[in-house]
Amino acid sequence: MIRVVLPAHLRTLARVGGEVMLAVDGAPTLAAVLDALERRYPVLRGTIRDPATRRRRPLLRFFACERDLSHEPLDAPLPEPVVAGREPLLIVGAMAGG
Amino acid sequence: MSSVRVLVGTRKGAFVLTSDGRRDRWAVDGPHFAGWEVYHLKGSAADPDRLYASQSSGWFGQIIQRSSDGGRTWEVTGGEKVPDPYDPPGSAGSAFLYDTSPEVGRPLGTHQWYDGTPHPWEFKRVWHLEPSLADPDLVYAGVEDAALFRSADGGRTWQELAGLRGHDSGPHWQPGAGGLCLHTILLDPADASRMFVAISAAGAFRTDDGGQTWRPINRGLRSDGIPDPDAEVGHCVHRIAMHRSRPEVLFMQKHWDVMRSDDAGESWREVSGNLPTDFGFALDVHAHEPETIYVVPIKSDSEHYPPDGKLRVYRSRTGGGEWEALTSGLPQRDCYVNVLRDAMAVDALEPCGVYFGTTGGQVYASADAGDTWRPIVRDLPAVLSVEVQTLP
Repeated sequence: MIRVVLPAHLRTLARVGGEVMLAVDGAPTLAAVLDALERRYPVLRGTIRDPATRRRRPLLRFFACERDLSHEPLDAPLPEPVVAGREPLLIVGAMAGG
Repeated sequence: MSSVRVLVGTRKGAFVLTSDGRRDRWAVDGPHFAGWEVYHLKGSAADPDRLYASQSSGWFGQIIQRSSDGGRTWEVTGGEKVPDPYDPPGSAGSAFLYDTSPEVGRPLGTHQWYDGTPHPWEFKRVWHLEPSLADPDLVYAGVEDAALFRSADGGRTWQELAGLRGHDSGPHWQPGAGGLCLHTILLDPADASRMFVAISAAGAFRTDDGGQTWRPINRGLRSDGIPDPDAEVGHCVHRIAMHRSRPEVLFMQKHWDVMRSDDAGESWREVSGNLPTDFGFALDVHAHEPETIYVVPIKSDSEHYPPDGKLRVYRSRTGGGEWEALTSGLPQRDCYVNVLRDAMAVDALEPCGVYFGTTGGQVYASADAGDTWRPIVRDLPAVLSVEVQTLP
């Protein structure tokens, strides 16, 4: 299971409390995690990826294992500790979103 | 006894204010959607408990919320059965996707940027939601970049009425200071196929076929800042209002100038009269007196606060031209708030109640048609919109 931490506003929107645990079909990539997240919580469609371009919204960032994955290809493999469930994938509002 | 529900959209959430028909004691419920911008929320005339709200964020995009119990609880429209927002443009989806289908037959690729260069259309947010007068599930959305969308299923799916943006003038529309926004939608109560919209800074448009085709209705407007001051489009119209008993009579607050049309927008004449400044945003019409109108003059360029630090509503009982300042209960010194275009509304009680919200977070109300005012709540986030429902 992959652990995902959402920003506060999206936790409110999806009505979840803490981390989200997701089973991902196929290769565990960022795109696969986002697909699984949006399947589980359809209300999040369009809030992380722009619905017209399917690209990451510009004021959101993806962090994991103390690395910035925001500019990694969406089909790149996630770090092994995230795949193994030891570390969460953090979806974070850019700092200006305080 | 009748009651009143005031729907307030702010920079950081929505609030629902309620009172009985005396309008002297108010309950404040909220914030709903805390932390999100709520540009507008409005109730259905056909079912007053059906409300729609535009919830948006520069970080997370656009959400449409719907209530079926007068704002006590809300649901994001759509849910498990919502069509995929990544559907091709032109199909009905839960997202606001511009129609680029060949059927529109127009080069919808760009509009004008501030400097006149081409700029691609980019959806930013919903400015205004206008429920149908007859069907609670039918609702229109005016968006930035300027376009009109329609939902016939209670906000679950949206489809652009692309004939508006597909008008020949579309590629020449340019943004005002607030962006290229479609902010006003008026439904003709006497003719279901007729609608009026206003776009900053393109102007006013009318359809007579339910939104399929549109034409500019800006004859008589004159604007600085465009090469041809009386061009067909390019005018920064801030607001249009009508009285439902006389839908052919329209009142307009333009960037500068308060205007009036007696022929459904075919022609306009200025009725600024003795206003201290004819710049402003908000405008509305008395519920029972079609010739009584209200504006809030604002100082410009760029200052965007009341002249002389005095917050004054101006009322005309002659359909414009002659105006009187309404000041009782409003701050008459050191007041530097703004009143935005969607932030004034009236109730249908007798005497007519008038309401407006400020960027300072106050919502002022008058239960005597503007003669006296008082804040019914005074420390909200900056108010973006005010709508009023008169309930049986």
